[in-house]
Amino acid sequence: MIIAVASGKGGTGKTTVAASLALAISAAPITFLDCDVEAPNAHLYLEPELMLHKDVGLLIPKVDQQLCTACGRCAEVCQYHAIVVLAEKALVFPELCHGCGSCTLNCPEDAIREVPKVVGELEAGPAVSGINFARGTLNVSEPMAAPVIRQLKNWQPFPESAIVIRDVPPGTSCPVVESILGADFVLLVTEPTPFGLHDLRLAAQLARSLGLPAGVVVNRDGIGDSRVDEFCRKAGLPVLMRIPMERRIAECLARGRPLVKSYPEYLPRFQELYTRIQSLAAANGSEVTLAQIELGS
Amino acid sequence: MKLAISAVEPIINAPFDARFGRCAYFIFVDAETHAWKASPNPALTSGGGAGTQAAQFIAGQGAQAVVSSSFGPNAYEALVAAGIKMYSARAGLVENIFEDFVSGELEEFSPSSDSGKNARHGRHKGARR
Repeated sequence: MIIAVASGKGGTGKTTVAASLALAISAAPITFLDCDVEAPNAHLYLEPELMLHKDVGLLIPKVDQQLCTACGRCAEVCQYHAIVVLAEKALVFPELCHGCGSCTLNCPEDAIREVPKVVGELEAGPAVSGINFARGTLNVSEPMAAPVIRQLKNWQPFPESAIVIRDVPPGTSCPVVESILGADFVLLVTEPTPFGLHDLRLAAQLARSLGLPAGVVVNRDGIGDSRVDEFCRKAGLPVLMRIPMERRIAECLARGRPLVKSYPEYLPRFQELYTRIQSLAAANGSEVTLAQIELGS
Repeated sequence: MKLAISAVEPIINAPFDARFGRCAYFIFVDAETHAWKASPNPALTSGGGAGTQAAQFIAGQGAQAVVSSSFGPNAYEALVAAGIKMYSARAGLVENIFEDFVSGELEEFSPSSDSGKNARHGRHKGARR
């Protein structure tokens, strides 16, 4: 069971919810993946001892100018325009390269070989409550987060866990899609504001287009207006939990204390959240989770 | 010599398009005969690497010089490799910019003269996911 905690809008409480959900599930060993590789912060709540390290490398083409005939085939097949042929010379732009290998495969002269380039790092270790924690970090000035996330997902520094929680980056772009792909359930954390609703709609469309069941946690409940609830009702998105806007919650989070640790009354609520996620994920494909109503505005 | 100018519309009196990689059209003008033709920029809808793609496109069309407002670091590197000279214009119509080019009034682009906030020439290259 892989649960991706996403949101669309940043700062809605993804990491807050993901960390407390991980701490509330006591049944089995849990793996927690911080997929927000541009700004990982779940370690603040889960306090892992990051003992294992691994570089994330991308294979970047290197052209042998002696063998290259400037036929242009590499430039033609590169979807990212990371290799171009200009003035009878193939020119590589490593920052644009996704490391897909198409140029190398298609070069009729075998003039291209691939050299690894380090773009980030993976780290892992035990966290509080026996949680297996792993995270990726994209190197500063590197533009592409998705390869780091992909390698984080495939890395297996621990024995396989029955339950994996992925803390997804904000937005709906490539890193988010990569973080959600392969999950069994998408938990969307939102806030009842116009921004929260705008991005929730996009994130819900993304989950639906990936064919994944989704549910909503409304954080900072009590602020804003009722439009998030109206949207969820119309879209058939179940609201699985509400966390009120309270100063005491903000204070505990600001100190790096997980919600369920500071306020144990939330423990059964997060356990119930997990139970509901389990049943929704099991029912995926049935009309219970895939509402027929369009999500568009 | 053939000049490429980034433009909003496919006509010689079109407004100038300040973007290089993501301009709507390129107007190719022959500096001697003043004959021109417009081509849609294939990089406009590109998912990434628009600058390098547009550079490769205008090089393939035989341009020896190009006028836009600013050139990103990848586009700059590609255009230098292609031996295409870069010039900067601010605004106006394509035909007026062409006249300025012919009369030598356009400034040659250099990365340091570009104050655009997206221009991160040097070690940190600009790129989109």
